[in-house]
Amino acid sequence: MDGRQCAGTSQPHMNNSGERADPRSCEFSTDEIMTVAAARQLPDGATCFVGIGLPSTAANLARLLHAPQIVLVYESGTIGAKPSHLPLSIGDGELAQTADSVVSVPEIFNYWLQGGHIDIGMLGAAQIDRFANLNSTVIGPYDAPRVRLPGAGGAPEIATSCGEVIIVMRQSIRTFVRDLDFVTSVGHGIGWGDRQRLGLPGKGPTLVVTDLGLLCPDPQSSELVLTHLHPGVTRDQVTRATAWPLRISDEVQITPAPTTDELRVLRGLRSTEGVDG
Amino acid sequence: MTEIIPLKDAVRLLIHDGDCVALEGFTHLIPFAAGHEVIRQGRRNLTLVRLTPDIIFDQMIGMGCARELIFSWGGNPGVGSLHRLRDAVENAWPNPILLDEHSHAGLANRYVAGASGLPFAVLRGYTGTGLSSVSPQLAPIVCPFTGEVLTAVRALNPDVSVIHAQQADRNGNVQMWGITGVQKEAVLSATRSLVTVEQLVDSLDPHPGAVVLPSWAITAVSLVPGGSYPSYAMGFSERDNAFYRAWDAISRDRASFARWMDDNVLGHLSRT
Repeated sequence: MDGRQCAGTSQPHMNNSGERADPRSCEFSTDEIMTVAAARQLPDGATCFVGIGLPSTAANLARLLHAPQIVLVYESGTIGAKPSHLPLSIGDGELAQTADSVVSVPEIFNYWLQGGHIDIGMLGAAQIDRFANLNSTVIGPYDAPRVRLPGAGGAPEIATSCGEVIIVMRQSIRTFVRDLDFVTSVGHGIGWGDRQRLGLPGKGPTLVVTDLGLLCPDPQSSELVLTHLHPGVTRDQVTRATAWPLRISDEVQITPAPTTDELRVLRGLRSTEGVDG
Repeated sequence: MTEIIPLKDAVRLLIHDGDCVALEGFTHLIPFAAGHEVIRQGRRNLTLVRLTPDIIFDQMIGMGCARELIFSWGGNPGVGSLHRLRDAVENAWPNPILLDEHSHAGLANRYVAGASGLPFAVLRGYTGTGLSSVSPQLAPIVCPFTGEVLTAVRALNPDVSVIHAQQADRNGNVQMWGITGVQKEAVLSATRSLVTVEQLVDSLDPHPGAVVLPSWAITAVSLVPGGSYPSYAMGFSERDNAFYRAWDAISRDRASFARWMDDNVLGHLSRT
């Protein structure tokens, strides 16, 4: 998996076959390129702790495309789930019925996650800062929030204990903020070396996938650097969607457009979300 | 020894105003019918505990049952907000609510400590997060063997825990399978417990991966087929995802919420 890392100096993020789609032949939405770009990052055979929504869609897309042996782990305790349709919740019956094993919630967190068995965690959030710390708790002050968000769930320990973390979220001035209203999950803390100081065993976030491009932590400072723009997106667009002065790689690349195959499988998957039975 | 009694009697006997009440079931096997009975009996000032408050706590909070919520993820899974929970937190409606907020791992381990008869459990987590400063139920602790700084979470021992399971036999031994969440820990950490079940059988059918709770570890069992709807009981029903989506609109507005509760929960008063 190390070869996949983009550590500031941007390497190409091709899909597995290396083919490039003709963008004229397959129009795609910003959510679709984001989901496809995230799915391409998941290597076959990896154990992957996924939350519901975009991360789950991306992980299942990877499983149906280039990573048939990927192990999907949901916090409901389902290990090795192979859902035929996208679940609406992390506890849909389809996940338990198709899992290799179903374990209790204390066991999934204590033995499997904290025990070091998970390669990649996938997280979303309402806010992210320049060191990829995440907020999913409140907008505004904690004691008098303007918006009460759902809260932590499994995220803090996923961020702590997975080998590495891939973050998937839409990028805007409201989500890519200068200061988080609340730190729900630690990315790189206050910068390089902070995870070690805090005693967090995993590498933390290695990639942020947005609807505009890809960002990776700089190997020296751990600050997020834009390394890829999705097709048709400009640097200026990304800068304007970021509340801090965004660093952009000298060799910024263009994300390969989704292939017709990627789009066909993704659309097939999405049409099944939350379908009963 | 478990008593097998009607749900109405079980709730009256086991759950009192001011109690700390856990209703567990991780998306699967959520004890909705028992929660609705608590609402109908007008319980107040409860400390409600669930990892995922889900629609059942949205309803109980909106109906004024709760003074405090202990939880770890308070959304409508795959849909969005729990609007009644948000209204209580953001606008103190229908009453102010205290929050004691955790991660799933933290709250699950609080039950583990409670079930283990220990004052706390230990995990690697919370370090560097804002959660450490908002919950008084966690604190750093130094490992006496390695010196590593970890997090201690205080044991949770509810006055009563309520769960839903697929089967009980006529002696009150209970079996559940599929996603079993923290239900075993919730029952064993509590002073009293109530299990609602889909069916009563002469003897429990063996199921792979099932959790069996012996009769003597449970206070009361009630037969409530469909008692987890709109959650589900594997082997008996499927999650009503359409209802979870519909709840977003029903619950967004105080009046439409009240009307729905009146028609669908309080209205059952005359029929039970």
